[in-house]
Amino acid sequence: MRAPDSESKTRVGDVLLAVEDVSLAFGGVKAISGVSFDIRQGEIRAIIGPNGAGKTSMLNVINGFYHPQQGRITFKGATRAKMRPYEAAAGGIARTFQNVALFRGMSALDNIMAGRTLKMNRSLIWQLLRFGPAMREEVEHRRFVEEIIDFLKIQEIRRTPVGRLPYGLQKRVELGRALAMEPELLLLDEPMAGMNLEEKEDMSRFILDVNDYYGTTIALIEHDMGVVMDLSDRVVVLDHGIKIADGTPAEVMKDQAVIDAYLGVSH
Amino acid sequence: MDLLYKVFLDPFVQMGTAPDLLVQTLWDGLVAGVLYSLIALGFVLIFKASGVFNFAQGIMVVFAALTLVGLHEKGVPAYLALAITLAVMFGLAVGVERLMLRPLVNQPDIILFMATFGLTYFLIGFGELVFGGNPKVMIASELGLPKGAVDINFAGGFVSLQKIDIAAAIIASLMVAALAVFFQKTRIGRALRAVADSHKAALSVGISLNQIWVIVWFAAGVVALATGIMWGARSEVSFALQIIALKALPVLILGGFTSIPGAIVGGLIIGIGEKVGEFYWGPLLGSGIETWLAYVIALVFLLFRPQGLFGEKIIERI
Repeated sequence: MRAPDSESKTRVGDVLLAVEDVSLAFGGVKAISGVSFDIRQGEIRAIIGPNGAGKTSMLNVINGFYHPQQGRITFKGATRAKMRPYEAAAGGIARTFQNVALFRGMSALDNIMAGRTLKMNRSLIWQLLRFGPAMREEVEHRRFVEEIIDFLKIQEIRRTPVGRLPYGLQKRVELGRALAMEPELLLLDEPMAGMNLEEKEDMSRFILDVNDYYGTTIALIEHDMGVVMDLSDRVVVLDHGIKIADGTPAEVMKDQAVIDAYLGVSH
Repeated sequence: MDLLYKVFLDPFVQMGTAPDLLVQTLWDGLVAGVLYSLIALGFVLIFKASGVFNFAQGIMVVFAALTLVGLHEKGVPAYLALAITLAVMFGLAVGVERLMLRPLVNQPDIILFMATFGLTYFLIGFGELVFGGNPKVMIASELGLPKGAVDINFAGGFVSLQKIDIAAAIIASLMVAALAVFFQKTRIGRALRAVADSHKAALSVGISLNQIWVIVWFAAGVVALATGIMWGARSEVSFALQIIALKALPVLILGGFTSIPGAIVGGLIIGIGEKVGEFYWGPLLGSGIETWLAYVIALVFLLFRPQGLFGEKIIERI
């Protein structure tokens, strides 16, 4: 399934995003302590670790939901102490959430259209009149969204309010909304959580296709080790907010610290 | 027997024998209903976008009307005063976002609700300080609103329609239509519904919560101004006007707190129900039932549809 190593090396480019020495605490609880790693252009980067390792916190730092007390984030060459959600989105970082965060009352189509928010910029007055440039804009974006809908094979549910959809499809709509942003970096928080085998395979396929066709860089959190091995180019392992390993899936699997963290170690 | 007759038959006999009075009552109810809808709409806008029940909506109506009339009293031409009032409402929206919503984001809803109490008393104090506490007369004719009444011959009698009421109904309908299109069909409308559904998902696609809040509070301010002009023209502009906000409560219960169509239909049902009830059934109870009938109507609806007419059905998984 995966492209051979030599090929993937040509595919993977420069550093797109780097976090350096990032620490995040909530009151006295340390979620992340001094973690550094980078994500390269075009790669699929997995972040793994046991529960409470700080994986989701890390994604929240990257897209600006959390502001770390310490450390720097360099995205596309610009270094800053913290991101803001708006800057992250405008800069090309899209994400999905662990427990699906969709606009439940809206149709699948409207949800994905919401992902186009930043790409649409006709003024209010035009929009209100639904006339001229605003209408053309709406049509143009709608076409793009329909492509995503075809890509994700969710044509038949486009008018359904997403709150009524089964979980697997909700995850797919959420991915569609993130894709509608035409992201450079796509953050996926447990895209396969709670899915059955068939759904997992579909989702893996979509992730690989997004990476191949659109060249989108992807950072994903996942618990299913089989999936991580199949999909990712490099893996960073967190445990209790500390980075314990970083490398190719094969290297990480052999790492004693990783094995200890997952299986426990006798004292 | 006599009582049953009076309750269940006599009112309908009256409706049948004097259809002109019935139509007049329905019209009065419709006009009141349109205004209730407008007030409820102000609540719904803010509730949808920020989950806050804005206790200050009533005083915003008074404050907007007071600013308009107050500016005119100080010698500003009517239309210029209208424009300045709109600017003031925009300033208020920005101020509320900066000083109230932004520092309190992620706090429990009850805290934001209490903050709107604070806003209420601030607006009362500020309004009184600048424009004084005396009741004022709405500058309806200066704004080009028509005066007088149209009498239409109907079924042997006549129905009298106040021109200002006709104007109110038309303006309110246009506003409601514009808002409905805006929220259903535009990018900002979609963003607003998105914010209502999930803050974090909205943030992740680059929607600015701050911008959305300013927009909805300004929209609620414009609705408040329209309500203030219409209502002020029928009575007078004074702080007592803020109790009309209480009229919006049964409308919201009826229509659902999150539904724009609900606010409209709810407003009309309450307005018409109130006037018809008062006119035909009121005398049985010695009149004055208008003040509480709305709540009874709302309660009856609640028995059958706890989520309101158009509210989202709440399904709780246990």
